[in-house]
Amino acid sequence: MISSKSTFWGYRRENGRVGVRNHVIILPVDDLSNAACEAVGHNIKGTLAIPHPYGRLQFGADLDLHFRTLIGTGANPNVAAVVVIGIEDGWTQRVVEGIAKTGKPVVGFGIELHGDHDTIMRASKVAKEYVQWASELRREECPINELWVSTKCGESDTTSGCGSNPTVGNAFDKLEPLGVTMCFGETTELTGGELIVADRCATPQVREQFMKMFDRYQEVIDKNKTSDLSESQPTKGNIAGGLTTIEEKALGNIQKIGHKCKVVGVLDKAEDPTGPGLWFMDSSSAAAEMVTLCGASGYVVHFFPTGQGNVIGNPIVPVIKLSANPRTCRTMSEHIDLDVSGLLQRQKNMDQCGDELLEVMLRTCNGRLTAAEALGHREFVLTRLYESA
Amino acid sequence: MIHFLVHDKKDTVGVIVVEGVKAGQELVGWVMEGDSTIHVKALNDVPIGHKVATQAIKSGDTVIKYGHDIGKAVAEIRVGEHCHVHNLKTKRW
Repeated sequence: MISSKSTFWGYRRENGRVGVRNHVIILPVDDLSNAACEAVGHNIKGTLAIPHPYGRLQFGADLDLHFRTLIGTGANPNVAAVVVIGIEDGWTQRVVEGIAKTGKPVVGFGIELHGDHDTIMRASKVAKEYVQWASELRREECPINELWVSTKCGESDTTSGCGSNPTVGNAFDKLEPLGVTMCFGETTELTGGELIVADRCATPQVREQFMKMFDRYQEVIDKNKTSDLSESQPTKGNIAGGLTTIEEKALGNIQKIGHKCKVVGVLDKAEDPTGPGLWFMDSSSAAAEMVTLCGASGYVVHFFPTGQGNVIGNPIVPVIKLSANPRTCRTMSEHIDLDVSGLLQRQKNMDQCGDELLEVMLRTCNGRLTAAEALGHREFVLTRLYESA
Repeated sequence: MIHFLVHDKKDTVGVIVVEGVKAGQELVGWVMEGDSTIHVKALNDVPIGHKVATQAIKSGDTVIKYGHDIGKAVAEIRVGEHCHVHNLKTKRW
């Protein structure tokens, strides 16, 4: 049973935050720098390149989000040190300076005037020093209230609302009084249950901010839709799993916030929370986008309930997958960290499953690899707000 | 053996939680709110995770799950009938 005396073994970073992984990442500023980053990642064992397709000619709020996501990813306490590579020095240094505020080792390289070969050589030399340094860092025992936990579900079906989502809710209800920092999001996927979330907001101000974010996202849908969104939201996989409408999906989704947790505040995408408790992040409901944003906001471990079997992982955040669908647990067992299908036959109750999830969470935080980590799932997907210039 | 699960007493549909339900099969349902049992005869083959009506639903009626509105029926749905995209639509978007 988890209590305020519970601890986990984490890596305490220079800024005081605690991580549960010890990655040295090679981070491209833009699509053009992926090749050099991946070459460094191949050269220096134990480092991890995180390629992505964006970073050129973005502007305004979309560019701000791009920088916030890259800087947040580098700043995440699951990351020990960062090598940043960009096509030119200006934006590269902007990312370096953002990450450097944490006090962790970070250095940047611009490719122009050097080419890939020279950049790869110089970056590899630093990456080697970083990874050897990081390999000597030791985990220390940390109180449970230093943990930041996020959640988002994927390829949901009706068993998600019956079993795996309320299991997360049960765990969140137990973590909240311990001072853990938590997060949920998926703005459009609350459609039909938005007033239930609004009623859980801690203050009228938070409620107002939440409804403003919700209404804005509805306007995006209304402006761009060409149908009732069937097969997009709910997805074709959701529908195959028996979910019929967005309202049904939303009511299942919000089981993840439990029965007691209050929403203490709202976050913009990739924005850091400023205190403990449950935060709402205005975000896409696409799995990899949302988990990437959670990592960029500083969350170090993620609960991912699935029905039909979403296989997602993340490069820096361990993604713990649970399912209540007995067919998924049988046919896709290598992806599932916790089988809660016993809930549907009354073989287990919600309290037991919540406790089992918290136990898996602590083991994962202490170093056990998740299924997604062992299988090499490293989906890193940046959210775009609109077209490039 | 529980064949389907109902969240709330007010719900008009339940979720099949076993594989291989066939038309004509007598189904046992667990109503989680209040922990009671109900019985429904399946009118169709229904895959795991899909819904069956636990009450007669008229075209135009609001369908209730989790005690809340999950959309409107666009056809009559008989007790034990498969309830999905062919007879239930969102009221949003």
